[in-house]
Amino acid sequence: MPKDGGIGASTLRREDIRFLTGKGRYTADINLRGQAFACFLRSDVAHGRIRSIDTSAAEAMPGVLAVMTGADFTEVGGNPTGWLVQSRDGATMKEPKRPVLAHGKVRHVGDAYALVVAETYAQAKDACEAIVAEIEELPAIVDMAAAVADTTNRVHDECADNVVFDWGWIEENRAAVEAAFDAAPHVTTLELVNNRLSPNAMEPRASIGDFDSGTGDYKLYTTSQNPHLTRLLISAFVMGIPENKLTVIAPDVGGGFGSKIYHYGEEAAVLAASKRLDRPVKWVCDRSEAFLSDAHGRDHVTKIQLATDTEGNFLALRTETLANMGAYLSNFATCTPTFLHGTLMAGPYKTPHVYVNVKAVMTNTVPVDAYRGAGRPEATYSLERVIDKAADELGIDKWEIRRRNFINPDQFPYQTPVGLVYDTGNYHATMDKLRELSDIAGFEARAAESAAKGKLRGFGLSTWIEACGIAPSNLVGVLGCRVGLFDAATIRVNATGNISVLVGAHSHGQGHETVFAQLISEKLGVPAASVEIVHGDTSKIPFGMGTYGSRSLAVCGSAMMKAADKIIDKGKKIAAHMLEAAEGDIEFNDGSFSVAGTDKQKSFAEIAFSAYVPHNYPLETLEPGLEETAFYDPANFTYPAGAYGCEVEVDPETGAVDIVRFTCADDFGNVINPMIVAGQVHGGVAQGIGQALLEGVVYNEDGQLLTGSYMDYAMPRADDLPNIDVDHSCVTPCTHNPLGAKGCGEAGAIGTPPAVVNAVIDALRRGGHGQVTHIDMPLTPSRVWHAIHG
Amino acid sequence: MKVTMTVNGKAMSAETEGRTLLSSFLREGLGLTGTHVGCDTTQCGACTVHVDGQPVKSCTVLAQDVAGKTVTTIEGMANPDGSLSVIQQAFQDNHGLQCGFCTPGMVMASAALLAENPHPTEDEVRHHLKGNICRCTGYHNIVKAVMSASGATSQKLAAE
Amino acid sequence: MHDFELVKPASVAEAVAALAAEGAQALSGGQTLLPSMKQRLAAPDRLVSLLDIPEMRGVCHGDRGLAVGGATPHAVVAREAAARYPALAALAGQIGDPAVRSRGTIGGSLANNDPAACYPAAALASGATIVTDRREIAADDYFQGLFTTALDEGEIITTVHFPIPERACYMKFEQPASRFALVGVFVAKYADGVRVAVTGAGEDGVFRWTDAEDALTADFRPEALQGLVVDADGLIGDLHGTPAYRANLIAVLTKRAVAAA
Repeated sequence: MPKDGGIGASTLRREDIRFLTGKGRYTADINLRGQAFACFLRSDVAHGRIRSIDTSAAEAMPGVLAVMTGADFTEVGGNPTGWLVQSRDGATMKEPKRPVLAHGKVRHVGDAYALVVAETYAQAKDACEAIVAEIEELPAIVDMAAAVADTTNRVHDECADNVVFDWGWIEENRAAVEAAFDAAPHVTTLELVNNRLSPNAMEPRASIGDFDSGTGDYKLYTTSQNPHLTRLLISAFVMGIPENKLTVIAPDVGGGFGSKIYHYGEEAAVLAASKRLDRPVKWVCDRSEAFLSDAHGRDHVTKIQLATDTEGNFLALRTETLANMGAYLSNFATCTPTFLHGTLMAGPYKTPHVYVNVKAVMTNTVPVDAYRGAGRPEATYSLERVIDKAADELGIDKWEIRRRNFINPDQFPYQTPVGLVYDTGNYHATMDKLRELSDIAGFEARAAESAAKGKLRGFGLSTWIEACGIAPSNLVGVLGCRVGLFDAATIRVNATGNISVLVGAHSHGQGHETVFAQLISEKLGVPAASVEIVHGDTSKIPFGMGTYGSRSLAVCGSAMMKAADKIIDKGKKIAAHMLEAAEGDIEFNDGSFSVAGTDKQKSFAEIAFSAYVPHNYPLETLEPGLEETAFYDPANFTYPAGAYGCEVEVDPETGAVDIVRFTCADDFGNVINPMIVAGQVHGGVAQGIGQALLEGVVYNEDGQLLTGSYMDYAMPRADDLPNIDVDHSCVTPCTHNPLGAKGCGEAGAIGTPPAVVNAVIDALRRGGHGQVTHIDMPLTPSRVWHAIHG
Repeated sequence: MKVTMTVNGKAMSAETEGRTLLSSFLREGLGLTGTHVGCDTTQCGACTVHVDGQPVKSCTVLAQDVAGKTVTTIEGMANPDGSLSVIQQAFQDNHGLQCGFCTPGMVMASAALLAENPHPTEDEVRHHLKGNICRCTGYHNIVKAVMSASGATSQKLAAE
Repeated sequence: MHDFELVKPASVAEAVAALAAEGAQALSGGQTLLPSMKQRLAAPDRLVSLLDIPEMRGVCHGDRGLAVGGATPHAVVAREAAARYPALAALAGQIGDPAVRSRGTIGGSLANNDPAACYPAAALASGATIVTDRREIAADDYFQGLFTTALDEGEIITTVHFPIPERACYMKFEQPASRFALVGVFVAKYADGVRVAVTGAGEDGVFRWTDAEDALTADFRPEALQGLVVDADGLIGDLHGTPAYRANLIAVLTKRAVAAA
């Protein structure tokens, strides 16, 4: 049994109290004395040349304080790309500039090209309407295949064929893959679309810039998953504000899912406006604006081919993907379809030869970047769909074809053909667990019940693996990453023994304030209630890289463990002095320092007090105080994996798909708080079901967004979703971090879409519609009905 | 125009324009920022409050239109001694919230359901909550929380 | 939104007077009007709130069937029409979500005549009479196309009379995002015949499916619809469904409505 409040306990979340009583403090809830309000004017055409912008009428409007355009930001740098990807031919990728406000051209509907600051938001919005811009409309580049084919119409002049890079992974594998395909007895081919999604964290983005003309200090309150990264980007690339003159505060943040990793132009704009006006400037995004400006996710068009022998053994795999970048390269846009996608294309399988080709394409659409799972859902979807298709073609059971090709538990560490070394795993175990939980034996009876109601029942299976705990710096550096991906924690033991833990990770729903306190409580033997977790303010916390890629526990949690080890080491030195014993004889257990083999001991609180009131203290050899910082840079990614099962009922008359059962069997390594892990899986599954059945960003040929609000972008609602059975009892602990933890945040979003689509295809096949071998997501009723009826 | 209404049991006033929405009146006029605004098409439900006991989306109600009426927000849901009410406690006990942004609206919508239908089925809970969008929880634990609160409705659901 | 003056009359007469001003517009529950004003698609100078006019609220039963006050919220209709006209109550209880149903009203819905709204189907299938501050309009004359009705400028729906059918059912297939009707079919069987009204599908808004009405008047069973197909011409095609798909849904939902009526 886990200790109350320690590792393994489903401790209730402390942060809930403020959220349940309306005391959360999100960026939009913050009001600074004297603040003015900003409103952005956004392009209503997808592609156009800005001929002129006349702001004079707007400037004369009531309450207007300033109007800024792209011309005001030509001195500052552009928002950079975090990863440099090399093309197959060795050429460095194209890196078109991304300005704070569009200048010269507008490149997507929603591209901000002017900013009004006024006394009230309504005045700022009124004045935006009074700006007269002459924009010469250019043909919109929307479809990726057309973008690549047309070299005359360019989103950016420096991208001749609108291609940023043409990446081969791994280029040296190519010949062997081709040879394996040439010799293969069976080849399964599937062309599919991984639909574009809008992340839709429920809290819209918001930023407040606050310049202090007395000190020259800037403060930015913003909706960020990683305040230090935002500070670094603004300081080093965009505005040149020295880092020690800029504080970034990400207070309570209402969800991120990737979309709040990135630095956005609005953040720089409110800082600049605040400096110009010497007043705080606040901007809060509308949902409609969010659809037009938050980075979107996914949007791949892929052809995947799987070569097998007649027994279903995988011989080789190859894919060709067009990955949409949108109109500008968002911070991690280039990393997602490459190092988070191509490197995962082996999945949990021992396919000997794999080759991935990705072309990144610029279009006149909202920039695309990492969204929950980022690259790994795309890889998993392609792979798990083509495997199901191969199984159907070969007449092999879907469980069996996977079992036959899994990496065996005794093969770890396992070097895949696409660059990664999986440290540990047991894919047979999670799939067996799923089978056990899914009541496969009862399926035929359930199918018969469905048939009696005129419904078609199907079961879909997917297995998944991801690389998360995004790191290590030296590896990602070789792959083109421009930042380090460590994390950091400071443990400050206060004089009276309570503890402040200052962490680089940021919590925006993950429950760090509770889970991290559980870790420290267990490690230092102190009550969790005496541990406070501090995050989100660069003026307080050490330089950490924030929260994304299911990394908080594996990376930041490990940093906390290292810092705690330092605290214990120092505590032992203090205890040795106080107890007049040799340091080597001091043991630390359950919050107390004792001399081995004696009953002499000092409590954690006594040691802390002594560190700050060092009257009886080895001052000549030891500094006072009890505060330690650790930076942790892991040796490898972590590799959680699992198996998902989805049971659906399809109404063949309407095409409606009802998910009647959904089961997850995951291996997340060691779990700290099972309640929170289950919650993370539920949320990921919901987003996966959203992608599979409901969600999709749609542009028309003019680049107008047709899904610009919840009227047309279908968010999963309570009545769309089933209960979700979650299991994480299969555990192969991560071998290289001190917690043995792997990460659970993205699992659901990765494993779910193929399970759902496989289930629908299975239902149709069983119902006599075997001609339907694929339907592109989202599987709307209309699409399913047309697949059945033509 | 100055508008007065009874908010969480107290008469409260703030200046308004014709276009001032109830959500703005609460957030900016009264500083009650627990009511959140997550969309502009009356769908996400983060801004749900009760007007004369009925759930409404406060981003789609004019403040002047509810002058003189009785409004309950998330800030008014705890017990008089400050402890969590049954429905709030059920959300914590069942991990029915993650980022917390949709939570005030979820709690208000759930409380309205239980006031009208103290023992809903799970299906009824899911249908009732379809006007409240949560991106974090997949609703699983929210539904669980409401079901669990319904088992305890002999107690008062909220201090309203 | 742009600013405006809000006027809150206490009677229909006061409301009519207030609406006579230039740029004035009636505000009922506001669940459609206010969002469109936020998008700055509408910018009235004056809004005349109809919600606090007692004579326009409530549901009562009389010799003309069920009389529903124009400013009666959906939630009230769902509750108070349940005994006399359960299909109408069920329709009201499916509009939007509970918070929308607290505010949105039947008069607002019918005056707006959104092509995917539910109430137009009920009114047309029931052969309802729309009573305004100045006249009575038969449902068959009232709906005149997308967001277009027989109402004059400043005219207010005060009451809607629904003759009560022998059997009726509304089947709604929700558009997954908006939860409006992707297609909704209201079937109502009266002593003198069956009426079938379809919402969500027609490019010109709500319409009657007369072939189905004839077949069902002769034989009120799902089987009577066998072989009847809806022409996809003139049906809405959008990212949620093609015209052919909507045509199919009309047939399927009509059959199901008859079975459930």
